[in-house]
Amino acid sequence: MHNFDFVKPSSIADAVKALSGDGAQALSGGQTLTPTLKQRLAQPSVLVSLTGIAEMKGVCMGADGLSIGAATPHAVVAREAAKDYPGLAALAGGIGDPAVRNRGTIGGSLANNDPAACYPAGVLGSGATIVTNKRKIAADDYFQGMFTTALDEGEIITGVTFPVPQKAAYVKFNQPASRFALTGVFVAKFAGGVRVAVTGASNNGVFRWTEAEAALSANFAAAAVEGLTVSPEDMIGDLHGTPEYRAHLVKVLTKRAVAAAH
Amino acid sequence: MTTVTMTVNGKTVTGEVEGRTLLSGFLREGLGLTGTHIGCDTSQCGACVVHVDGKAVKSCTMFALDAAGATVKTIEGMANADGSLSVIQQSFQDHHGLQCGFCTPGMVMSSAALLAENPKPTEAEVRHYLEGNICRCTGYHNIVKAVLAASGQDVPAVAAE
Ligand SMILES: Cc1cc2nc3c(=O)[nH]c(=O)nc-3n(C[C@H](O)[C@H](O)[C@H](O)COP(=O)(O)OP(=O)(O)OC[C@H]3O[C@@H](n4cnc5c(N)ncnc54)[C@H](O)[C@@H]3O)c2cc1C
Ligand code: FES
Ligand code: FES
Repeated sequence: MHNFDFVKPSSIADAVKALSGDGAQALSGGQTLTPTLKQRLAQPSVLVSLTGIAEMKGVCMGADGLSIGAATPHAVVAREAAKDYPGLAALAGGIGDPAVRNRGTIGGSLANNDPAACYPAGVLGSGATIVTNKRKIAADDYFQGMFTTALDEGEIITGVTFPVPQKAAYVKFNQPASRFALTGVFVAKFAGGVRVAVTGASNNGVFRWTEAEAALSANFAAAAVEGLTVSPEDMIGDLHGTPEYRAHLVKVLTKRAVAAAH
Repeated sequence: MTTVTMTVNGKTVTGEVEGRTLLSGFLREGLGLTGTHIGCDTSQCGACVVHVDGKAVKSCTMFALDAAGATVKTIEGMANADGSLSVIQQSFQDHHGLQCGFCTPGMVMSSAALLAENPKPTEAEVRHYLEGNICRCTGYHNIVKAVLAASGQDVPAVAAE
């Protein structure tokens, strides 16, 4: 690993200032960035730790829905969102293993936008709003393809606000070695309709399966998606699964998520 | 170099580190606490698990400076005050929960975190919680037995999954 300076500000304003310098990069839980630094795939000159910023931590229910600070670890979301948004809490509680959940954060996961990560499905499937130091970004505009987001240089996610659906569930088919989603589906039923978000499947990262949304909005039952087909075109193919296998999983997992939604 | 101060196994310690110094490196090379093992160095194996402010973390995937001011506990801090093994450690010995011992510090630290959160876990909960700790030797059954016994529960003939 190349060396860098390490700073740990205690406010968003100080973090943004530190990140405006040349070669500065944000560090949250470090569960993705640390391995990246070890492989020398990133060479920041300054790492700005966001985990000492109290205003970026915590889970709280408000008028707009459930707000989660960007530097909140997965384990805290699993525990503290369980009452207000159990489907999302269960997603957080299924990420990696306990030690990863004690450090990894929602903001880091969303900034990274790994095509096999869990939170992007929960955020897109809920139609959540990503709050940054500069603006609010709707989930539909935020995810822009594998490892690509709407964030500008030096912009940091400070929190995420989730409208709470009537029912929701996330079901992932684990890639057993990495514990990431080989494919995962998040289904959320709102009064105004159903949203279905798929991760781990497409070469373009997380996406909404709109045909299933229409079918499930008309009839929220696993059988409603039975007649639909998912095209393997543009699906990820690797040693863990072919594009056809992943396309098949999308439908199977959607049905399971509908059955599990509560 | 930057000076870092934290509490490790009940003692306040201070050392000089670089930005890139990992907590695992600071513990092992800075403090000589080589009980924390480095297996993969890529956050997969759990051999390096320690407690930071009471939570299990992979010390190979946390920077020493991010632990400034924190309370850290390593395997060296697990024994009882009189030097005898803690209940969990003794249970690993009694139930043959280790062979080569390489994974054991991480296994013990993860198990201690589990029992602090969930004092009477089921067998399935033990297996699930130890998902991030890899052992090449034991086949896991005796580790699971050791953790169940340490929780004061009867040790069933743990079945292969
Ligand atoms: C063994 C293992 C298993 C895992 N399994 C899963 C899994 O099953 N599902 C899953 O979804 N993930 C999994 N992960 C990834 C984990 O959830 C990471 O925590 C997450 O992807 C990154 O979050 P972080 O807080 O660690 O971010 P970091 O590693 O600190 O940062 C990641 C990137 O985001 C940037 N960044 C961080 N915070 C912000 C912010 N607030 N604003 C702007 N940019 C920011 C950083 O600069 C960096 O580029 C796993 C990781 C490991 C090591
Ligand atoms: S050495 Fe840290 S997880 Fe393997
Ligand atoms: S006892 Fe050898 S790796 Fe677990």
